[in-house]
Amino acid sequence: MFLQQIINGLTVGGVYALIALGYTLVYGILELINFAHGEIYMIGAYLGIIFLGIFTAAGLTQYSLFLSLFLTFVMSVIVCSAYGFTVEKLAYKPLRNAPRLNPLISAIGVSIFLQNYVMLTQGATDKVFPHVIPVTTVEFLNVTMTSLQIFIIIASLLLMAGLHLFIMKTKTGKAMRAVAQDKTMASLLGINIDRIISVTFIVGSGLAAVAGLMVAMYYGLVNYSIGYIAGIKAFTAAVLGGIGSIPGAMVGGLVLGLIESLGASYLSSEYKDAYAFIVLILILLVKPTGLLGKSGENRP
Amino acid sequence: MILEVRDLTKIFGGLKAIEEISFKVKRGIILSIIGPNGAGKTTLFNCLTGVLPSTKGHVLFEDEDITQRRPYEITEKGIARTFQNIRVFNSMTVLENVMIGQHSRSREGLLTAVLGTKKFQREEDEIRSKALEYLEFTGIQDYAATLAENLPYGDQKRLEIARALATEPELLLLDEPAAGMNPQETMALMELIKKIREWGKTVIIIEHDMKVVMGISDWIIVLDHGVKIAEGTPNEIQNNPYVIEAYLGKEEVDLLS
Amino acid sequence: MKKVLFMFWCALLSMPFMGIKGGAYLFVGICVSYGVYVLLAHLFGKIKKPAIPVNTKLLSTAFIAFAFILPFLIKDYYTDVAILVCIYIILALGVNIVVGFSGLLHLGFAAFYGIGAYSNALLTTHFGLGFWSALPLTLLFTSMAGLLLAFPALRLKGDYLAIVTLGFGEIIRLVLNNWDSVTRGPNGISNIPSPFILGFEISNLMYYYYLVLGFVLIAAFIVKRVYHSRTGRAWLSIREDETAAEAMGINTRKYKFMALSFGAFWAGLAGALFASKMHFVSPESFSFMESVFVVCMIILGGLGSIPGVILGSLILVLLPEVLRDFQLYRMLALGVGLVLMMIFRPQGLIRKN
Repeated sequence: MFLQQIINGLTVGGVYALIALGYTLVYGILELINFAHGEIYMIGAYLGIIFLGIFTAAGLTQYSLFLSLFLTFVMSVIVCSAYGFTVEKLAYKPLRNAPRLNPLISAIGVSIFLQNYVMLTQGATDKVFPHVIPVTTVEFLNVTMTSLQIFIIIASLLLMAGLHLFIMKTKTGKAMRAVAQDKTMASLLGINIDRIISVTFIVGSGLAAVAGLMVAMYYGLVNYSIGYIAGIKAFTAAVLGGIGSIPGAMVGGLVLGLIESLGASYLSSEYKDAYAFIVLILILLVKPTGLLGKSGENRP
Repeated sequence: MILEVRDLTKIFGGLKAIEEISFKVKRGIILSIIGPNGAGKTTLFNCLTGVLPSTKGHVLFEDEDITQRRPYEITEKGIARTFQNIRVFNSMTVLENVMIGQHSRSREGLLTAVLGTKKFQREEDEIRSKALEYLEFTGIQDYAATLAENLPYGDQKRLEIARALATEPELLLLDEPAAGMNPQETMALMELIKKIREWGKTVIIIEHDMKVVMGISDWIIVLDHGVKIAEGTPNEIQNNPYVIEAYLGKEEVDLLS
Repeated sequence: MKKVLFMFWCALLSMPFMGIKGGAYLFVGICVSYGVYVLLAHLFGKIKKPAIPVNTKLLSTAFIAFAFILPFLIKDYYTDVAILVCIYIILALGVNIVVGFSGLLHLGFAAFYGIGAYSNALLTTHFGLGFWSALPLTLLFTSMAGLLLAFPALRLKGDYLAIVTLGFGEIIRLVLNNWDSVTRGPNGISNIPSPFILGFEISNLMYYYYLVLGFVLIAAFIVKRVYHSRTGRAWLSIREDETAAEAMGINTRKYKFMALSFGAFWAGLAGALFASKMHFVSPESFSFMESVFVVCMIILGGLGSIPGVILGSLILVLLPEVLRDFQLYRMLALGVGLVLMMIFRPQGLIRKN
């Protein structure tokens, strides 16, 4: 029972972590809570269903399930990243030098827009993910794991490792870190800030798309309103780990998934959605910079 | 002695921003704190006014220990300050800015404001007329109804001083008041600071402009790398070999001419 | 050309959702509306807006007079809408104290609204109190809730504050939704009685309208008085620059506490009026979207401006009613409107000074 909940928690936590990374990346660079990020994840989930539907209609799925799923992933990530890129250009870039409140409100506007845009174009009812993936279960020490759970956990861990390498090793990754540290200095060193910000949104949205797709596969259902609650929780995860910190977002996501799944089974499942917030408030009270956040005072 | 600082130390992470600084300030003088960038001058101000908690040491204001007090309490006790980068209340009028300075010298609360009692009205009128006086004192009375953000740079600096004076301090801390001013504005500023001294207030300023420092200071303290390396009259400082070597270096010619 | 390409790009992006035909229509649509915008900007851009001297006192008197004769001019249905507008004005005045005056971005105000409504509902249905004897208790509860939230919230700044208040709002909603034995969960509480004045039941829409209008006037009067006082100035200074405010001798922590509980007070009043008007409350009226909606009202009107709050509430409640046929698109428009507002007129429709 306990181990089972750990596995369930890790599955959900991996998804939270992937979305949380998007929040943390953007916050690290723009100090903006990208409120619309949850909707980007929701769009990723819808895109998965739409593209898989197209590939199935074209007969590709029947020909090769693997290829079809692979292409679905690729297409969703590309289009979703394009959404993230466009949102930044349209709604955040003009507000780069505005007071802090303005881009946040603009982000809330984008979030409301995207939610209703999907609701109007795709309908207000739940969408079903095509039943094309055969589900096998693995029994291990009294724990039942589905192949999907294993896939989600492994894929999230791989993506996190990949992102870590990207940030630490590549030139663009290094530039991203430089911009997060000090924008003025970075631009003096010849780093194109606009380009780095775009890259950040593209990478964050791509990760969110993968998260969306995996959730659509896992639960089999998506709805236009899933972005809001997942977004809030992922943001909680990011804050939990210390916003702006990439390892923080990963740890925060996994911890939050575990808290929810253990809380739901041992305390009360009705308040499952509240645990995230309660934990968030408690953590911020004790350590306002989050679990892995940088402590130490800043000079005013 | 209006202010006494004992072994004041502030450590950021592992970095000692100021280290065991001690000095005393006589009532009614103008004291300048000078030193190269990063010497810890603004950190010292922040520790004196409670904006940053100090790591070690004590600050005594009128023989009372104010070391770990919150900034607003320190203002209530009679220390006011301006900021290195201007921090006026941008979207409020100049008059309102100065009226806020009167906050700790007035006490009417919510209830009397809602009822509009006579006492409340009287206090409001008093706050307003005093604020106007401070505007006149600093020479920006013509701008009373202007939004602070629309004020020219030099006048924003004056507004900060007017606002600080409105808290009715005994000790006024000015953080680089002449920075970014043209020579005429600087001259007028020096007159203003002298006028504040004549009024019986004590002034501590951080300043880079040596003409200002040498022209108005009664006493000078030199900081370098967070440590006090010298103090004395302008004359003594100008001739202090340590100061010339450690800090003035390139500016030596400037200073002596 | 670059702009047309960008529009084409947006249309392309919409295709997975809207289909190829939908995307094409969208492309044509945005091109045409952009053309119209450019044309209009070209035509009217050169005309200088005449500065109309506004006598604010006269204007507000006229507005109040109009509000008084309003129910005689309109159908009952619209009186109903007018009552809703009034309730939202009271709520928005409360949010304005916290967000507009003090600059604390609070995204969980629906919680106080909900606590007010549920307090009224429970006190009147469970404990048999009348509206008037329940009201002081309701206001006390909501103000206390405001204080209670202030403890965790005041250690945090800016975005963190926004997210914690949002979480607080969600927790309250979840409690209302799940604490079945008291709140009856998602089914809500019904049969909430109307207020009585001198033994006379205020059940008629018109009478209720006057009751709510009375409260609006009281609220606006009080908030205005406080705004022009030492307390109001202290709030504004915190919004402008907290460090400088503290250096001016303002106990920022104390004033934030005051702002939150005073703001919650008005939200509680709005909630109580809402409950006794509807005779029914359920958790879905107090969702996160409600909090955002109210914040939108004050942003639309102009942060911190009292006439702005009134105008913002008026527009955001009336517009969906006027555009009933476009109801599906109203949230879409709200989202776009917020973004455009932030880009082109962040100070709101009415700007002070």
